[in-house]
Amino acid sequence: MAVAERGRSPALLPPVSERLGPLAWLKRNLFSTWYNSLLTILVGYLLYVVLVPFFEWAILNATFFGDSKEACDFDGACWALITSRLGQYLYGLYPVAERWRVNAAFLLLILAMVPLFLPRFRHRLLYACGLVFLYPPVAYLFFAGGVFGLPFVETAQWGGLFLTLVIAGVGITASLPIGVLLALGRRSEMPVIRALCVVFIEVIRGVPLVTILFMASVMLPLFLPPGVTIDKLLRALIGVALFASAYMAEVVRGGLQGIPKGQYEAAMALGLGYWQMMGYVVLPQALRMVIPGIVNTFIGLFKDTALVTIIGLYDLLGMSRFIIQDPKWLGLAAESYLFAGFGFWVFCFAMSRYSMYVEKVLSAGERR
Amino acid sequence: MASASHRPAPPRATAFWRDPRVRALFAQALVLGLVLLGAAYLVRNTLLNLERLGVSSGFGFLNTTAGFDISQTLIAYDRTYSYGRAFIVGLLNTFYVAAVGILLATVIGFVMGIARLSSNWLVAKVAAAYIEIVRNVPLLLQLIMWYVVVLGGLPAPRNSLALGESVFLNVRGLFIPRPQFEEGFGWVVAAFLASVVAVVVLARWARRRFEATGQPFPVFWTSLGVLFGLPALAFLLAGQPLSFEYPVLGRFRITGGMVMLPEFMAMVLGLSVYTGAFIAEIVRGGILAISKGQWEAAYALGLSRGQALRLIIVPQALRVIIPPQTSQYLNLTKNSSLGVAIGYPDFFNVAGTINNQTGQAVEVIAITMAVYLTLSLLISAFMNWYNARMALVER
Repeated sequence: MAVAERGRSPALLPPVSERLGPLAWLKRNLFSTWYNSLLTILVGYLLYVVLVPFFEWAILNATFFGDSKEACDFDGACWALITSRLGQYLYGLYPVAERWRVNAAFLLLILAMVPLFLPRFRHRLLYACGLVFLYPPVAYLFFAGGVFGLPFVETAQWGGLFLTLVIAGVGITASLPIGVLLALGRRSEMPVIRALCVVFIEVIRGVPLVTILFMASVMLPLFLPPGVTIDKLLRALIGVALFASAYMAEVVRGGLQGIPKGQYEAAMALGLGYWQMMGYVVLPQALRMVIPGIVNTFIGLFKDTALVTIIGLYDLLGMSRFIIQDPKWLGLAAESYLFAGFGFWVFCFAMSRYSMYVEKVLSAGERR
Repeated sequence: MASASHRPAPPRATAFWRDPRVRALFAQALVLGLVLLGAAYLVRNTLLNLERLGVSSGFGFLNTTAGFDISQTLIAYDRTYSYGRAFIVGLLNTFYVAAVGILLATVIGFVMGIARLSSNWLVAKVAAAYIEIVRNVPLLLQLIMWYVVVLGGLPAPRNSLALGESVFLNVRGLFIPRPQFEEGFGWVVAAFLASVVAVVVLARWARRRFEATGQPFPVFWTSLGVLFGLPALAFLLAGQPLSFEYPVLGRFRITGGMVMLPEFMAMVLGLSVYTGAFIAEIVRGGILAISKGQWEAAYALGLSRGQALRLIIVPQALRVIIPPQTSQYLNLTKNSSLGVAIGYPDFFNVAGTINNQTGQAVEVIAITMAVYLTLSLLISAFMNWYNARMALVER
């Protein structure tokens, strides 16, 4: 029973009455009844069978450095693949001499975000909005170049973790404003606008992302006037942004529905117009309520960026697929995919922990 | 105007451009006009482009010969059949993998969700590790890993892993005996149907008796006996009208029997392990949402932990669990479109091939989106119905 309480109310810990010694702990948590003992032994055995060989393969017998798979032992992992090709996993086929530009742009973003975390900074929202609109063009100049003496790097050369972050970043920054607008539209009293938003949201949510990406890569060129071409990466970005916005709209709608009617009425009584009411009264509360949902959508989006591999972009997954086609490293699929999986996992896991933390802080007021 | 509004003046008509109704009408007309204009522009461009590319539009291509093979077909199909037939074959493959995946994901999800709440420390930690790892890695990557690393690492046919003499697992797939139904098997099916009816009647009767007299009846075990016993009896009486065609291990390949392609197995494993992790969290949330008093009341009545779970907690938790569960089933079905990455011939994969062959992008995409939309709406309609039924139990 102690289990069901866990995570409920850390503030209300039971009085300190007992301290378990290691043996008593074992007895209580692993061998409390005969079937629990049996379960412990069974699971322990399975873990032993799976984890020990994996540990031997991944660590003990592994080779960490080398120039080709010939340098590696047969019965261990060949992490030499990762160490010697790390640059490609991170930057794709971006020219080696220009990689500093990617680093610089990301560093710039981190520096630009510092004021957001200063407790005494006043115009946080304004600053954040400015950042959202100003940073992408600056980053694009860094990444693509072609001005200020920076050599041009075409988007086909972007790849690896860098491309994954670009796609996820664009998806996240585009989906939030569009999603808010769609959510407002879906709850609007104007039938035409509501119908348009409902159809858009439901159609996008009803079909898989691959279909949208496929449509973006096949249909978008058909939509444009003859002679105009559109960059492959841009097509994927449009698809991802549309997809993420529809999901974001539903999350935001959940928040809007959670705002009591009195808030709307109070705002109207103050004489606020629609946009003032939404901007000053409703949205700040609604968005705060659904931060965990928003972060979860971000996590989903981050994982979904892997699908651009299917339409031929070289993101982290696409790159790990591409690298093992090199005859020097042929057949090292396990190492390559494990590394890519670890890369995705770190970001998603961090985001999910953040979401749990925010959830805890937000619900602090409700829990007395 | 401003000064007039301070004084309690007789109500006067506001200027028409300040009337909210007029404004709303105007805004809607404007948005609708813009959308229609944009759509017209896109349609015009598309028509121009299609004309330039020399693609004829229309759905006539559905009747022409497909000319490509599909590796897994549930209905008769080969390259001489039409594109329309190919679409149906793909759709059935999607249904097939989604159905098996949903079943397996539900089992994994419930087991893992309950395991994470187990009082056994080791079991709880293993379940938690499974959930936290699987949930945070892209499904596409997991599918590729199942296909390339796990199933691709299986031995060649001549060194197949064998279970007895009739089940073989190798890099070409899982080979199992093919059941062959002989004359008289209809009786077994009939007996099975009859036993289903009997079980339903029995459950109703037991419930009524329980509500009237408080005497419980072991419905579960009796039903199990009836469900298996009656068909087994019919089977014996009809003279065992079932035989198996066993796969035979040859030198380079396996002949006979039934095969589950590695693409199919990778899809089922990947989809169900991934979705199972999400379902596990939903199940855990549902169980935690039941207040502690329910547990205590169950224990006070002398129920064991298992009985409390089965009789008190799970029926209530199901109400919390079902709505998010629906969207997971929906996600699984939509995610089956990732089969295109490992060559499983699901609907999306077949549609892609047809698009490549015919160039009828607009029509193919329209069909694809229509099919997935219909599927989504159907599943959510079914789950809404089920949900309403469950909610009615509440007093």
